[in-house]
Amino acid sequence: MSAPNTEWPLWEVFVRSRQGLSHKHVGSLHAADATMAISNARDVYTRRQEGTSIWVVKAEDITASTPSEKDVLFDPANDKVYRHPTFYDLPDEVKNM
Amino acid sequence: MDLNQRFEAYIASDQKIEAKDWMPEAYRKTLIRQISQHAHSEIIGMQPEGNWITRAPSLKRKSILLAKVQDEAGHGLYLYSAAETLGVSRDEMLDALHTGKAKYSSIFNYPTLTWADMGAIGWLVDGAAIMNQVPLCKCSYGPYARAMVRVCKEESFHQRQGFQIMLNLSNGTPEQKEMAQDALNRWWWPSLMMFGPNDATSKHSEQNMRWKIKRFSNDELRQRFVDMTVPQAELLGLTVPDPDLKWNEATGHYEFGPIDWSEFEQVVAGNGPCNRERIETRVTAHENGAWVRDAAAAYAAKSAERASSQTTAA
Amino acid sequence: MADQEHEWILRLGDDALVLAQRLSEWCSHGPALEEDIALSNIALDLLGQARALLTLAGQREGRGRDEDALAYFRTDREFRNALLVELPNGHFGDTIVRQMLFDQFAVLRYEALASQLVDLELSAIATKALKEVRYHAAHSARWVVRLGDGTEESHRRVQESLNVLWPYTAELFEDDTVSQACAEAGVLPLNASFQERWTEHVKGILNEATLACPESSALLTGGRSGRHTEHLSFMLAEMQVLQRTYPGAEW
Repeated sequence: MSAPNTEWPLWEVFVRSRQGLSHKHVGSLHAADATMAISNARDVYTRRQEGTSIWVVKAEDITASTPSEKDVLFDPANDKVYRHPTFYDLPDEVKNM
Repeated sequence: MDLNQRFEAYIASDQKIEAKDWMPEAYRKTLIRQISQHAHSEIIGMQPEGNWITRAPSLKRKSILLAKVQDEAGHGLYLYSAAETLGVSRDEMLDALHTGKAKYSSIFNYPTLTWADMGAIGWLVDGAAIMNQVPLCKCSYGPYARAMVRVCKEESFHQRQGFQIMLNLSNGTPEQKEMAQDALNRWWWPSLMMFGPNDATSKHSEQNMRWKIKRFSNDELRQRFVDMTVPQAELLGLTVPDPDLKWNEATGHYEFGPIDWSEFEQVVAGNGPCNRERIETRVTAHENGAWVRDAAAAYAAKSAERASSQTTAA
Repeated sequence: MADQEHEWILRLGDDALVLAQRLSEWCSHGPALEEDIALSNIALDLLGQARALLTLAGQREGRGRDEDALAYFRTDREFRNALLVELPNGHFGDTIVRQMLFDQFAVLRYEALASQLVDLELSAIATKALKEVRYHAAHSARWVVRLGDGTEESHRRVQESLNVLWPYTAELFEDDTVSQACAEAGVLPLNASFQERWTEHVKGILNEATLACPESSALLTGGRSGRHTEHLSFMLAEMQVLQRTYPGAEW
């Protein structure tokens, strides 16, 4: 496994597919820098359609709201978009796929 | 209502669970397992087909195959991305794959011996995958469901091009027809095994059905696949390699012969024809690429440092 | 002039085809999943260019050969690609340096082709290809910079790649009766005319990458007249196997 500080950061990708629409979150990818992130996003999420606008943001730079107590599935976790990756003990696969 | 009751109510009313919603630890674990293994399957699946890109028999077929394999890489990426929303990192998932802790669909441990295998894989393997995947578009976990919608949109072209290859071969020279029949003979049973063990013996199924991660049972999907595919084989003028296969007028389904589960178990346990090579290819690529990834990270760090020192200097 | 025409189009097509074939070998072996996708994308673009160019070359030749007849039934002695593109991929650094050296040339060549009005079919192909190769050129240049100015190891590796590949670049700027006929027809200027700007662009990239520009004046050439390296016939054996094994079959 590479040392943690050389793992490329996670970027969230937002794409405007057509003039007049807003940017929509389409997924994430790993890239070493912003130029690579845009380039990879173009290859993966837009299949190179002309006139598409892409935004990439490091996942760690996004601040997410904390669900209020009234929300059904209230979980007062931190204000990051996802849980932090920890070295998680992945369960061994047993029999099915 | 406590959190767990609220969660169950959400599931019951077909609401999506999102990344930061409360979820039982077991739900999170099983999703990480399922999504990451689905991602691994896409990545490993690139190899048996990638095997024939350089030898594709026409430039058009080469383009189509290259695009298909590229799609699979993209699908793997969407799925890794969905899994990461649950708090596992790409590196952790890859490590699990490379060390054999994580599994991937056993079908990709079979070799692609002829060009006709490209047809058989598109037609049968992608056909089976689509059957599994369409219901997942309605899965309870939002990021997974959305990734699957994207995957399914792109997948239909895969099956069609595979079937088209089989059609061309079946209507071609005697050698080509023989090639097509041989591919069907080798890929039929492994494709049926893709749906997993019989419902009675399947370990995770019941829980996953309750949590709407799994929408239909293994046996249901497998039967649907057989019913759909046998007429297609007839259209191709090819023979399904199952002497027990027969249409049951009363039930409205095809009856088919017993699956050799011992073969399935061997392959899942790592003793299939290509298990070692599939993993070795990934491990080698990852290791050979380490200096490249490290360099890109180092350059990014240097650039950031230069940018910030320029700001402070100014 | 007419019988030279398909020759210069073949050169363009073969450059694209051979490089596409090499890049497609990276499938499943890239240093990161995202980069696997990027390289496949480039391969697909090049393959598309090759198909258009070979189809056109076959039409102009007038002997009834289509893209597949040209791709699958010529021997290496009949291929017209530059030697640079047929070299084995090596490691990622070798591949990306090769790509950068070629992309910088491809941009200039397609720019010229896209702006001429003598051969409209060719300029249409070039216009589409130009958008693609500009993207490829940006991609390969950025990678050369990342690797040249990354770690000590990456710097060492790509400097070595550059030293090995440099002697193959002179061939890109060589002229002969075919390229002269092409220039006289007004389709493309002489290859030598691209050298200055190519050198300027490449040196700019190498500077930013902290790489030393090799001094070698060695000239490894012959591809344009069918005298290739030992690598090409192995590559073609793999590429052409099915068509040659089953002649007359449709796929």
